[in-house]
Amino acid sequence: MKAIVNVFLKNGVLDSQGKAVLHALSGHGFQSVRDVRVGKQIIIELDESDSATAKEKVAHMCEELLANTVIEDYEIEIIS
Amino acid sequence: MSAKIKVGIVQFPGTNCEYDTQHAFDALGCETVILWHKEDAIPDGTDLVVVAGGFSYGDYLRSGAIAKMSPIMKALKLYANNGGKVLGICNGFQVLTETGLLPGALKRNEGLHFISRHHHLKVISNDNTFLRHCEANEVVNIPIAHHDGNYYIDAQGLKELYANHQVLLQYTDEKGNIDNPNGSIDSIAGICNVNKNVFGLMPHPERAMESLLGSNDGRRMLEGFLSA
Repeated sequence: MKAIVNVFLKNGVLDSQGKAVLHALSGHGFQSVRDVRVGKQIIIELDESDSATAKEKVAHMCEELLANTVIEDYEIEIIS
Repeated sequence: MSAKIKVGIVQFPGTNCEYDTQHAFDALGCETVILWHKEDAIPDGTDLVVVAGGFSYGDYLRSGAIAKMSPIMKALKLYANNGGKVLGICNGFQVLTETGLLPGALKRNEGLHFISRHHHLKVISNDNTFLRHCEANEVVNIPIAHHDGNYYIDAQGLKELYANHQVLLQYTDEKGNIDNPNGSIDSIAGICNVNKNVFGLMPHPERAMESLLGSNDGRRMLEGFLSA
């Protein structure tokens, strides 16, 4: 079973990297870009057959290590 | 003459300030020992554990994130929760926030650049072990060297930090006016926990021990730990 975890800075926490990318895109003529947020994607392969169990385990991983919940939110997608 | 103060200095793969820190505490007359990250106990009789600066485990994922899973950090948590004194410098500060021993988090510098230079800091709260030899509002000159020094805490957390005198240092100019190099909330450079036994700061007091090398203001800070 495969889990895709997306980690982003919380709304309200300034995303300096996103801002820098936004300025770079604007400077290159991409005028329609309104906002950019930079996050990270973590892809995990795990030996689980039940997707609910898998999601629960990955959520635990996020809380323990993959995200810093003081500043970051995470989303989990399970792909069987 | 009382017994020498025993200082343990944590070393992860990537730590690079452990020997500067050891040199600083040796110069202050302490007994020092390097604690490898795989050790699972803090030696008996340790008066202070310093989580030194540099890097840890490549700082993959986030600065200090992998380090918090190491055996020595489990032992350090126990030590701190029993009232043991802990000082985290730079990457050590990041490790302590990741571990939850200190509130808040350290983000990428607002300007995205690594910053390495001397910076002035204003002492905010000195009613604690670490800064008791400094005056409140005193300005000290200490080197900074970091990429992820942008301190963040939510509004409620910030209120609590001030209410409990946990804000230790702010980045300022030499006159004590706010001069924020990295985007830290309220220009905060260092904090402590509620119980005032765990301290963390991004600047490097161990690099400010000799006036010949630019500043000896770090000496007075570290001297706070000298008597129990």
